[in-house]
Amino acid sequence: MNLKPILSIQDLSVTYPDNNGGLHALEKLSFEVHPREFVCFLGPSGSGKTTFLRVLAGILAPTSGSVSFTPHHKPRVGMVFQQANLMPWRTVMENIMLPLELNGQVDSKAQNKAQEMIHLVGLDGFEDSLPRDLSGGMAQRVAIARALIHDPDLLLLDEPFASLDALTRERMWTELSRIWQAKQKTVIMVTHSINESLFLADRVMVLTQRPGKIKMDVEVDLPRPRTDDMRYTSHFGKLAKKLRSAIE
Amino acid sequence: MKPKTLHTLSRWLGLFSMLLAIPLWTLIVHISGLPKFILPAPVDVWTRFLKAWVDGSLLYHTGVTLLEIVLGLFVGVSFATIAGYALAKSRTLESILSPYLVASQAIPVVAIAPLLVIWLGGGIASKVVICALIVFFPVLVNTIVGVRAVSASHYDLMNSLHATRWQIIWKLELPASLPVLLGGLRIGATLSVIGAIVGELVDAEQGLGFLLQLGDFQYDTSMVFVAVFMLVFLALGLYGVVTLLERRFLKWQQ
Ligand SMILES: Nc1ncnc2c1ncn2[C@@H]1O[C@H](COP(=O)(O)OP(=O)(O)OP(=O)(O)O)[C@@H](O)[C@H]1O
Ligand SMILES: [Mg+2]
Repeated sequence: MNLKPILSIQDLSVTYPDNNGGLHALEKLSFEVHPREFVCFLGPSGSGKTTFLRVLAGILAPTSGSVSFTPHHKPRVGMVFQQANLMPWRTVMENIMLPLELNGQVDSKAQNKAQEMIHLVGLDGFEDSLPRDLSGGMAQRVAIARALIHDPDLLLLDEPFASLDALTRERMWTELSRIWQAKQKTVIMVTHSINESLFLADRVMVLTQRPGKIKMDVEVDLPRPRTDDMRYTSHFGKLAKKLRSAIE
Repeated sequence: MKPKTLHTLSRWLGLFSMLLAIPLWTLIVHISGLPKFILPAPVDVWTRFLKAWVDGSLLYHTGVTLLEIVLGLFVGVSFATIAGYALAKSRTLESILSPYLVASQAIPVVAIAPLLVIWLGGGIASKVVICALIVFFPVLVNTIVGVRAVSASHYDLMNSLHATRWQIIWKLELPASLPVLLGGLRIGATLSVIGAIVGELVDAEQGLGFLLQLGDFQYDTSMVFVAVFMLVFLALGLYGVVTLLERRFLKWQQ
């Protein structure tokens, strides 16, 4: 991948104010992400992964360092949260349309687009359902559709499948892979699962304990599309072992 | 289907028990032999109602009270939601104002009602203000609670989509806190009836409170009963409106 990076991060640090000198969540993170790259971040709890995504999404200002995007300054982001984070008063359709609505697009074109997204995540027939009537996996798929509908420059995923059972989770991996390949997005995903990262990512970065620093940066050179069987190959095992030793 | 039948059944039972009160009441009047100016029979109240209805006075006075209530509710709810929103958003503002707010609750509105009538006169204005004051606090508290309860991750979502301040208010904070806001309105609606009557009892030339007092002075006890029943209907009506709003806007919750 020798394209120009879409995202470059320089000496990014975040310190949360507290009573004794501040809580260092992230310390001097530097790396680049290329267009259409799928990057996974692995790291222990509290290593600042969510903090990092919030900085990328523009929700949180970094304490020091810089985050720069090409071509835009303020990229369109689609974010999928750890919990589906749907608005319970909106139907599936209305939830998915939220990003368009905030851009002032509420015409039939927007409706069609939403319908298309619903189809992409396999929720046809659930347009008018309320979030309370969805299973965890369905809700998470709505969240993914919502994150994609406005054609974001960057897709940020914060442990999106952590709350799902193993079977649903693995089905979601396949779906996400498929969507990622169809939509050609740049994806940054946070996870706790080595398997998940190896199944999905082009590149896996491991963060240290707080304050988070990059401890390891591994290229995942497994062929695509990735299959279940791949998990039993020696190359997969080697990568998994490497990551595991870095996570400690 | 079953719970629904049960629901209708219990509603009929409620109506039935209310209707049962009429013969019971008649019976008590007959047995006790109390004079009409102490305890009128249902028939007397009904006759009095028809008379006041036909000459238009009842409708007029009910209308005045309703107007006071509606205006008072509007003013009270408007100020309370705006103030509540500001307080919910600013801890500093809350710590500056909360002593005053708590202290103001120690003063019963009934006690300052005469003062307000002196300042604002015996017309509608004083009643509207009393109404608004009595409605203010519960709506304020509910607004604060409602807005504070909006989930942080929903804010994150809106911010990640570059939502504007107004979009956050209209598309997140309002719908998210609506259940609690309507709960406040429910309490406020009931209290507003009390507010209007308290004001009218202090001094008024019109309204149900005035009618009530007039009946009292003239030993026209049936008239007092009519006024009280009208007040009950007003309160029930307002309660019904809030319930309808909840049905309409909180479908997602049921
Ligand atoms: N808004 C905040 N204010 C103060 N401290 C915070 C805030 N958000 C996070 N922190 C602290 O920053 C550190 C990193 O938190 P963060 O949520 O980024 O970790 P994480 O890697 O996402 O953890 P997990 O895997 O458990 O989700 C934690 O110690 C947390 O307590
Ligand atoms: Mg996290």
